Amino acid sequence: MRIESAPETAEPPQNLSVAAEAGFLQKFVTFAVGTEEYAVDIMKVREIQAWSEVTVLPNQPGYMRGVLNLRGIIVPIFDLRCRFGQGNTEATQLHVVVIIAVEERIVGVLVDKVSDILTVENQDIRPVPNIEDREDSRYILGLVTAEDRMVALLDTGNLFSSEILEEGISAGENASP
Amino acid sequence: MHEFEEFKGTFFAECAELLVDVESQLSALRDGSEDPEVLHAIFRAVHSIKAGAGALKFDLLAKFSHGFEAMLDKMRDGKIVVTLDVIDILYRASDVLSDMVDAAESKTDLAQDYGSEVIVEINDLAGVSASAITVKPSSGESSNSVDEVTPKTAIKYNISFSPKLELFLHANEPLLLVRELKSLGEVIIEADLSRLPAFMDMDAEGAYIDWKFEVVTDAGEEAVREVFEFVEDDCELSITFEAMEENSSVSEDAAQADVTEQVQQSNSGQPEKEPTKTAKISSIRVDLDRLDRLVNMVGELVITQSMLTQQTDEIPIEKMPNMARGLEELAFHTRELQESVMAIRMQPVKSVFARMPRLVRDLASKLNKNVNLVTIGENTEVDKTVVEEISDPINHMIRNSVDHGLESTEDRIAAGKPEEGTITLSAEHRAGRIIISISDDGAGINRERVHSLALKNGLISENSKLSNEEIDNLIFAPGFSTADKVTDVSGRGVGMDVVRRNIQALGGRITIQSNPGKGSRFIMTLPLTLAVMDGMIVVSGNGKYVIPIPNILESLRPEKEALKRLPNGQEMVRIRGEYIPLAFLHRAFQLTGAETDPAKALVVLAESEEHGKIGIVVDQLIGQQQVVIKSLESNYQPVTGISAATILGNGMVAPILDVEALYMLSITESHLDSLSFEQSAPDIQPQLAAAKTSTTTSPPHETSTGSSQ
Amino acid sequence: MTLNVLAVDDSKTMRDMVSFTLKGAGYSVVEAEDGQHALSSLDGKTIDLVITDINMPNLDGIGLIKALREKPEFRSTPILILTTESNDEKKAEGRQAGATGWIVKPFEPEKLLKVVQKVCG
Repeated sequence: MRIESAPETAEPPQNLSVAAEAGFLQKFVTFAVGTEEYAVDIMKVREIQAWSEVTVLPNQPGYMRGVLNLRGIIVPIFDLRCRFGQGNTEATQLHVVVIIAVEERIVGVLVDKVSDILTVENQDIRPVPNIEDREDSRYILGLVTAEDRMVALLDTGNLFSSEILEEGISAGENASP
Repeated sequence: MHEFEEFKGTFFAECAELLVDVESQLSALRDGSEDPEVLHAIFRAVHSIKAGAGALKFDLLAKFSHGFEAMLDKMRDGKIVVTLDVIDILYRASDVLSDMVDAAESKTDLAQDYGSEVIVEINDLAGVSASAITVKPSSGESSNSVDEVTPKTAIKYNISFSPKLELFLHANEPLLLVRELKSLGEVIIEADLSRLPAFMDMDAEGAYIDWKFEVVTDAGEEAVREVFEFVEDDCELSITFEAMEENSSVSEDAAQADVTEQVQQSNSGQPEKEPTKTAKISSIRVDLDRLDRLVNMVGELVITQSMLTQQTDEIPIEKMPNMARGLEELAFHTRELQESVMAIRMQPVKSVFARMPRLVRDLASKLNKNVNLVTIGENTEVDKTVVEEISDPINHMIRNSVDHGLESTEDRIAAGKPEEGTITLSAEHRAGRIIISISDDGAGINRERVHSLALKNGLISENSKLSNEEIDNLIFAPGFSTADKVTDVSGRGVGMDVVRRNIQALGGRITIQSNPGKGSRFIMTLPLTLAVMDGMIVVSGNGKYVIPIPNILESLRPEKEALKRLPNGQEMVRIRGEYIPLAFLHRAFQLTGAETDPAKALVVLAESEEHGKIGIVVDQLIGQQQVVIKSLESNYQPVTGISAATILGNGMVAPILDVEALYMLSITESHLDSLSFEQSAPDIQPQLAAAKTSTTTSPPHETSTGSSQ
Repeated sequence: MTLNVLAVDDSKTMRDMVSFTLKGAGYSVVEAEDGQHALSSLDGKTIDLVITDINMPNLDGIGLIKALREKPEFRSTPILILTTESNDEKKAEGRQAGATGWIVKPFEPEKLLKVVQKVCG
């Protein structure tokens, strides 16, 4: 089963700038892991799928579930909950995998559900305060308020960079009995 | 045309200079110059003579130089090898050229078939049929075989034109196109601004406007098309036409004639149509990307087809006999299709071989040796993925032969050998693989030296007894190098072990044979393609894996009595008197649910290049199939023990095992130390010792898996 | 307003013919015998059109086109390549390097002028 995209918030159609970083308005796809909400730049999101069986590879990083066949390309799937140190997700068909582009790779991120698409003005993005002892604060670019929720903008480049992957793999290798 | 009369003087003066230049270049060629610039210079000279001859209507000269140029073009592309015979033809051709220039200058007539023998030889070499060369002296006007019926009928053309960004990057201007259209007749222009973004978001150099033109003209469709001749590829263009009402009946016919002509014209794709086309196109240029996509698509087709087959495996044949038969045929056709598509990517190894003579010359002169390189089988074909990979290994082996294989000139003379050493580079197909061998008539491998060096470097132990062949192949062991004879010519830090490892990574193997005093021979075998592979699908625990067929010797369920456990924990199986170590897939990959008792499981006896035999313990065998090799590295990372992956019929990913690495993963450390001669392969010890210290990385197969969707 | 044309060809005969034809039509022509000379002859002149042969020593037509397209002042300058008939390869190669169009050698003077007008206006 494949869900193409979550329903849009009511917005008049307009041609928005493609250069997300420099633009005044940015769109984000938001999704939830437990009670936390995260968002990723919509330009980086390739597609959204329901969770399906993956193939486990040896010596995977702890937060990786396995690899998936995405129409002929092999894509690693990472458990976001686990990535943030909150345990493994008990994935069911109701869970969602967000396929995103990270630098030149395509990776998949397992989340609980996808919420909606937020349109945010640059000035509304607030820096991460250090008050909260968030495990994930290193990977957050900023915070945004949507209605009454706080959404954390994810730094996917940092979360799934090749260095992090390598670290994860060697951790996986060392963990073997 | 009168205008160009005055240039005749310039032309003949230029010809004189060019012919002298050709002469000196030919001398260089005859002296054995390998400089590509020589052929380029000769080509340019003949090219210029041809162009001028055409412009000045010296037909005989133009025609001859056209053929001569075609041959030179092929020569500089390496398609025709420069031999003494060919150089001879070049000399005679340039003589004919010279005679023709003289005749043109002195306004004397030569026989129409002057130089015909040379022409025939040239055409044979260039692969062009004689009758096909028709040089049109004036290539200006398009030969309008269009509009034969009523040339003067006004027709309305509806043109839709959407320029792409590339059009502007080529400095083509839609405005100029419109003006050109206007010169043909009346034009109604409509601009479609729907793609135009808000001003803020506009890219100053973007292409946002689509156009519709209505042109009424009697100039004919050809003329209309010609307006867009340069920009065809950089825009979306469609031209349709309708007859005008006033001349309804007449123009219907014209329209009909136009339609058929249009079809013909669009097929030839050129505004200038030659009445006798040059030799029938026997080849076609294809964008490499398209070919890769095609290969991928066929790969997906194979996967889908096997998925279908798998789905229906459950259904007993009696229930749907036609479907079963249909699927069988489908499988057959799919396989044929795949083979055909793979065949398209086959390229002769000539492109790699062609660079070797020069390498040999350079090396030989640096080392003061006299070396002759003979190449055989350069037309042997192999997938383009492999062609790219063999250049380095061949380079290394040739360096090795010239540097270490061939003796110095004095030594050769002393040994009664001809002063000139010979290196033979050959390629051939055998058993579905390509065999490339490099042999020299040098001194062969100095076995005493190799043996003592290996001993010194700890690669073998004092009392190991190695056969001659095993000693010879020690040169591939890591850390082995005749370091006391370091020349800057070969082995600049890259030993034969790296060469071998790289070849193995491609699924190939390399060995050396040596005949002391007579010479040695490198033999490298490679699969014909790196994109697909024959694999055996196996199950272990919950997962399916693929073992490359070339590595598999046999599979069996061992008897309990054949299983043995060594004190250090290493488990072995005895097969026909040989003791072979077992590798448990579930242990190597930490799988659950696998069958752990080898007597209840299956042992796939596999052979790895470097490490000898290993028994891979799996739960069951699913079957053999051709798999498309997919990269793990594009989106993930290399994984030890796994070389790449494939997608099975059910859509799931199946890792392809790297038998070499699997060996290392499975053999316990202490076992490596204590390997005794119960092992049937006594040469394993040095390689194992060496392998212990080397890193095990599993270089996967790199393929382009298409763009992300 | 006289348009400046840069004509590049290693054959003097060709250069002369191109020059002659264009000058006769009111253009001003700068000649060069290969790509390298062409680049060094630029020195600040405004060039409105480049006509270049492909096969030349030192820097060939393809190399010249690529080099020119990298220069900001030549990004929108029409560049024509002189090519021989039935050489689609070269046409494609020229296009890929950034050429605007092509003229087939040998050419009629009228054809040359027609193509020049086509890309220059």
